[in-house]
Parts: sequence; structure tokens; C-alpha cells
Amino acid sequence: MKILVPVKRVVDYNVKVRVKSDQTGVELANVKMSVNPFDEIAVEEAVRLKEAGKADEVIAVSIGPEKAQEQLRTAMAIGADRGILVKTDDPIDLGGVEPLAVAKTLKALVDKESPDLVIMGKQSIDDDSNQTGQMLSALLGWSQGTFASELEIDGDSIKVTREVDGGLETLELKAPAIITTDLRLNEPRYAKLPDIMKAKKKQLDIIEPSELGVDYSPRLEIVKVSEPAKREGGEKVENVDELIDKLKNEAKVI
Amino acid sequence: MPVYNPPSENIKFILHDVLNASQLSELPGYEEVSEDLMDQILEEGGKICSEVLFPINLSGDQEGCHYENGVVRTPEGFKEAYDTFAEGGWCGLSGDPEYGGMGMPVLMNTVMQEMICSANMSFGMYPGLSQGAYEALHHFGTDEQKELYLPKLIEGTWSGTMNLTEPHCGTDLGLIKTKAIPNDDDSFQITGTKIFISAGEHDLTENIVHLVLAKLPDAPDGVKGISLFVVPKFLPNDDGSVGERNGVRCGSIEHKMGIHANSTCVMNFDDAKGWLVGEPHKGLKAMFVMMNAARLGVGMQGLGICEVAYQNGLDYAKDRLQMRSLTGVKAPDKPADPIIVHPDVRRMLLKAKAVTEGGRALSYWTGLKLDISQRHPDETIRQEADDLVALLTPIVKAYLTDMGTEIANECLQCYGGHGYIAEWGMEQYVRDARIAQIYEGTNGIQALDLVGRKMGQGYGRLLRRFFHPAQQFIEDHQADENMQEFVFAFAKGLAKLQQSTAMIAQKGLKNPDEAGAASSDYLRQFALVALAYMWCLMVKAAQAKLESGEGDKEFYESKIKTARFFMQRMLPEADGRFKMVLAGAGSLMDLDADAF
Repeated sequence: MKILVPVKRVVDYNVKVRVKSDQTGVELANVKMSVNPFDEIAVEEAVRLKEAGKADEVIAVSIGPEKAQEQLRTAMAIGADRGILVKTDDPIDLGGVEPLAVAKTLKALVDKESPDLVIMGKQSIDDDSNQTGQMLSALLGWSQGTFASELEIDGDSIKVTREVDGGLETLELKAPAIITTDLRLNEPRYAKLPDIMKAKKKQLDIIEPSELGVDYSPRLEIVKVSEPAKREGGEKVENVDELIDKLKNEAKVI
Repeated sequence: MPVYNPPSENIKFILHDVLNASQLSELPGYEEVSEDLMDQILEEGGKICSEVLFPINLSGDQEGCHYENGVVRTPEGFKEAYDTFAEGGWCGLSGDPEYGGMGMPVLMNTVMQEMICSANMSFGMYPGLSQGAYEALHHFGTDEQKELYLPKLIEGTWSGTMNLTEPHCGTDLGLIKTKAIPNDDDSFQITGTKIFISAGEHDLTENIVHLVLAKLPDAPDGVKGISLFVVPKFLPNDDGSVGERNGVRCGSIEHKMGIHANSTCVMNFDDAKGWLVGEPHKGLKAMFVMMNAARLGVGMQGLGICEVAYQNGLDYAKDRLQMRSLTGVKAPDKPADPIIVHPDVRRMLLKAKAVTEGGRALSYWTGLKLDISQRHPDETIRQEADDLVALLTPIVKAYLTDMGTEIANECLQCYGGHGYIAEWGMEQYVRDARIAQIYEGTNGIQALDLVGRKMGQGYGRLLRRFFHPAQQFIEDHQADENMQEFVFAFAKGLAKLQQSTAMIAQKGLKNPDEAGAASSDYLRQFALVALAYMWCLMVKAAQAKLESGEGDKEFYESKIKTARFFMQRMLPEADGRFKMVLAGAGSLMDLDADAF
């Protein structure tokens, strides 16, 4: 079994993001960038399947700037066998390379590499779209198991436990399929030093979007990016009537 | 609860923009070292520090180590964290690939040491002591000893210690009483008591490799009669597995001011079996190999504490609302202004920032030169680098550990009363930092090393390795308008340093007490001038970035503003120290001991 794992370069989850002064996006200069945490879980899961003898090859792919090679190297340090970077300087965000364009790129890579399984993060922590996996499934006509918190593979039969609002739902799919990962699927390992060194020597191909015949012109326009409204201090009211009055006339929520 | 985020951007700035660390790839054995690889190691190492070591720092301090019947148990979580650390290969980061090490530069190890010490100084001592043992065995061990011990130390399945101090002697090791009696084979029976042995006994590894100073029966008196022995806790079998228990036991552990999670042991050697490392009576030389590496390591403890104390002091000062700014309300939407608006709070934080970033540049520069001194193909360049490392080692050790305590104190002060309360974590940094001024040679001894040993070596050859490039830098940049403000301040500092150097050399020759009396103030003066040099290099790198328009403008501008603070509000201390040096030994030695 061959597994394709998309990984995205995003602002590290520890960074306090700042909106750019021209309100076109968030500040990325000198900001720590990392692998999207959901994608890291996807890499870990794929590598565990390989270690368990259930997969032969794990290919990490990314779409992004030249520097996104760092995130592919991280994926390879965890254990992915090789990497492919689709290089673009467009932001991988709304108004840039949007989820549909990402899904189309991934479809082209799937056509090229013919994996049996795509394991990917359910969403990226920057734009939180949560669309790409589902769109890819539709484009390929493959079954999908989203928000996986447990994954069992037996030949081409795949059992996925999903975290849904009401509890846990278990699905059985047939490969090829798309799996999107939730936070509790696994706890990614810390890359070992020898593996970091080995990752430097693994194959990493860089290709242009045009080679895959995909078009990155955005369908959406970003009007404005702004910080959330500052929280204002609370106020104590004397009685219910005053509360209702304030909700009606000051907060205007009822 | 305190926080720690590895300062990756600041570390990368020093490595790449200031020191051009990828030059290391030109050295034999370091061909693979690239900017990318260094960054990747930094990121992954940083993760281990902040996510594995840091969460058990406060709890480890509160719980401490447990001693029962000669057995030491480390605080909860230490064993698991050590396993993650060792299995990740981090014990062998700059270990020799021939014995399973990763062969990465000493500089990368220096970077890692800083982050480990910020995250958990007590933890860092366990693998840190192993490195000292590794260095001594790697330099002086027989091939057999190397094959037996080095792979285990690199894997981290065995750890190491340095057994030097005895109840009646620490600084003056010529007085040691521990005896080594030759056996019929090539081994020795070691008998004696060692104290203050960090990581002497613990539950993290399957074996502990003690490096022990002892005297042979025919030993001459004093330091010329001490020899170094390797004494494992369990005698290794021929296949390298752990065998019979050796006659070395932990008698008790100390109750200390800080580093509670590190076991500081009394070690009793009772006819323990040991083997000579290096030549008989030449133990001091071998010991200095361990000590030099360890002294830089201790300097990094000081730096690590500065960084983590600064991060927390800063967070608190931005968060804590108290009073209004003296020049009018700064946060009208809040009931009071964050205390960072106040000049005196800014003074403490800027001092922390200037010392931490300047100290980082100085210690990484030393690390880089250490790599060059070990690997450069040209012997002259190797010697020059070695000289500079020898000169800077006591300065890095003493200044950065003095600053560890001072900056931890200043950042604690930012918290007001909360700084004094254990759960905020700041008082731990003050307690932990304090020991670093004492061990591996007290800071007073470092100052004596600087004026007594390093200053006169080769008729001032070591000093010239600093003075010449510094002078050259001034000449090259004094006409540059953007640099003048910084270069002039540095040049004045350097001139006075050269003056006090000449004075000590002159007076000290006639009367050694003069050199002794000047030593600590001279070391501080030297450190401040060296930091001024580092800040000039940082300004230059930041200006180049600003001109090219690359990266975050605010980040580079902050370097220039911090350099200005350093030159205006920290470097003047060097003038005061200069005056103290010039004052001579008279007033220090005049008072009769009975008259105190």
C-alpha cells in the first residue's frame, strides 16, 4: 500500500498572530513556521502503518514557497520516504491557492503517484477551511473517512472511527480512500536526530503547478482581515428587568 | 506558571546573520552542515526542550530527588523525559560518528545546551556530565576504553560523572586523599570519599561511569601527583553488558539551595575497581579537558536562565496592570497601564535582553571557534582559534553565570511580590542560577585564570587574538556613519581595556596580589567590552538586513535599539571597573585579618 500525505506550512501554533497593517492578511515575516499539527498527525499515522508492515511507501507532498521544503524535511524526519513540493509563491489561503485548487493539485498528484490512500489533516490551523479532503474525495470519486480518531487497515478494507457531535461513529471503507485526521488519532513522535540527518538525504522533487495543469487564480476576494474585537469589561445589573433592557437597547441582541 | 518558547529567530540571527555558521561546512567532517540542517536541529531540539523538559522543571524542583539506602530516585517524569531525550539521539549530538555520535559541530551543541538549561537546568546536568566524561575518555582513553564506554555514553544508556572534590579540597585538588592501589592485572583499587558529585547516583541509566581523581602510591605531592581513573558503577562484562556491582556507593545526597532535581552526591569508593585514563600523575591535564568543556557548559546554564527569566519577566510586564504611565494614560480601555510603560521596569527588561542576546553572540562565537580549533586544516588558524577559546572560556563562564543570577533577580523583581512566590516559578530561577557561579571553578577562580594563566600566555598572544580583530573591526567601520555611534563607544571601551591589561601585566609581575586584586573587576570589564563588540556585529548584521529589505523590520530595528541601550546604559560599568582595577591592591590588602 502506498500512502500520500499532504503537509502544509503554517504559522506555528505557539505564535501570537498579528494582522498586517494594511489588513490584507497576517504578518509572516520572521514568524516561526511549522507543519500544520493535523498534518503532522497524518504523517505519524502513515509512518506507523508503514512500520506495522501495512504500507510500503509514504510520500509527503506540499504546496507552498521554496521554504516549505523545511516542512517536507520534517515529515521525512518522522519517517516519510520522499517528498514532492509544488512550488508557488501565492499564499496557500483564501484569496490565494484556495481549498479547491489544493484539492485539484492533490488530484493531479494522486493521478501521477497512484497511492492507495491519502491521509491528511482535517483542516489547517491558519484558514480553518476544513474542505480540502472532502473536495479531493469528490474529485477522485473515492470514499472518505473524515475526522478520524482511530484507523484500522486490513488489506483494502479500512475501518475509521470518527469523532462526531453525538459520540463516535465507525465506518468501513474500501481503498482507495481519503482519510482526514482529528487531534486524538495519535500523538506524533519527536523526530530523532539520526532521522533528521537521514531526511536530508531523502529524495525531494520540486515541481511547478503548471506541470500538473492546475490553475491557482483565486475564486474569492479578501475584503479585509482584522483582529477580533477587543473584549469589553463586564457589568453587574441590579435585576432582570435591567438585564432585559440592556440586552435589548444596548447590546441589541434580543 | 512560567513559559518557555525556544528563541529560534534570535538563535538563527546569531548563527546565520552574525556568525555565518554555515562556514563550518568547509571544515573536514562537517561537510553536511548547512543552514537548513542547523535550523532543523534547532527546531526539533527546541521542541524536546519546551515540550518534554520544561513541563517537569517546576515539579522537579518542588519534589526534588529521593535518597534511600544508597539509591537515588529522580523526580517524577525525569526517567521518561530522559528516555525520550536519549532515544532521540540528543546525548550524541556532537559525538564522534566512529562511536555512534551524530558528528555535529560543538556550536550546535552549545545552542542545544542553552535551550536545555532554559527549559530545565537540573535535567540538563545528567546528560551534561556525561559529556564531560565523554570528552576525557575520547581524548585520553585507550582504544579499549573508548570502544567500551563511548558508544554507551553517546546512546545515553550509561551516564558519566566527574569525581574531583573531596571534603577538604575543592579548588586545590593537589590536596586530594583518594588512593589508587595497583592490582595484579591492569586495574586499580580506588578508595576514598568524594563530595558534591553531580549525577553521582540516579535511576536514569543502567550504568554510571565515574571519572575519578586519585593518587597512586608513588605519587609526588600536589597537583603533579594526581591521576585520572574510570570507575564504573557496574563492572562491564566483555560483551559490554552490565555485570557485577562495583565498590562505589552513594552515601547521601545534599539538600541544596537550588537544582533540586539533580542529585548531588557523596560518593564512597571502597576498594572500587578502576582503570587509569591517560598517563600516571597526568590527571590534571585530563581533568582540564573535562573542565574546559564543562566551563562553557556552565556558562550556557547562566545564559539559559537569563533567556527564560527574560521571557517570563517580559510576559508579566506586558500583562500586569498597575498604575498609570507617568506621562499619561497608555491603555485607556484598561483600569491601569501594563507595567512595561514604566522606565524602571523597562530598565530591568532591556538589561535582560541586552545581556541575553549579547551573551548568546559571545558564547556561540566561542563555540564556533572551538570547532575551528579542532578541525581547521591550517595549523595556524587552529592555534589562533584555540587561543581565543582559552581566553574567552573564563569570561563566558564567569560573566554569564553572574548574569544568570542577576538577570533572574531583575526579572523576578518585575513580578513584585508574586516573584517571591514559588508557584510563579521565578524564585526557582534565582536559586538554580546561583550554583553556576560556584561550580566548575568559582567565578573568582575564573578571574584568576584570566589574569594569571591566560593573560601572560605567549607574552599576551591570547589577548591579541581578541584585541587584533576588535581593533580591525573598529578601523573598518569607524567611517561608516550608521555604525559610528556604536563603534566609538566600543573603541573607547577597548582602549581602556588595553590600558588596564597593561597595568595588571606590569604591577602583577612585581606583586601577584596586584593581579589577584584586579582580577574580578578586570574580567567584568573584559566581558562588557566583548559584549560591546558583539553588539557592534549584531548592529552590522541588522543594518544589512534592513538595507536589503528582507525579513521583519521591527526585529532588526530592535537589535539596533537594544545595542544603543547597551552602549549607553551598560557599557559605562566598564569605566567603573576600569577605575577599580587601577586602584590597585592597597586598600584590599591593608587591613589586618584580625582587624576585620
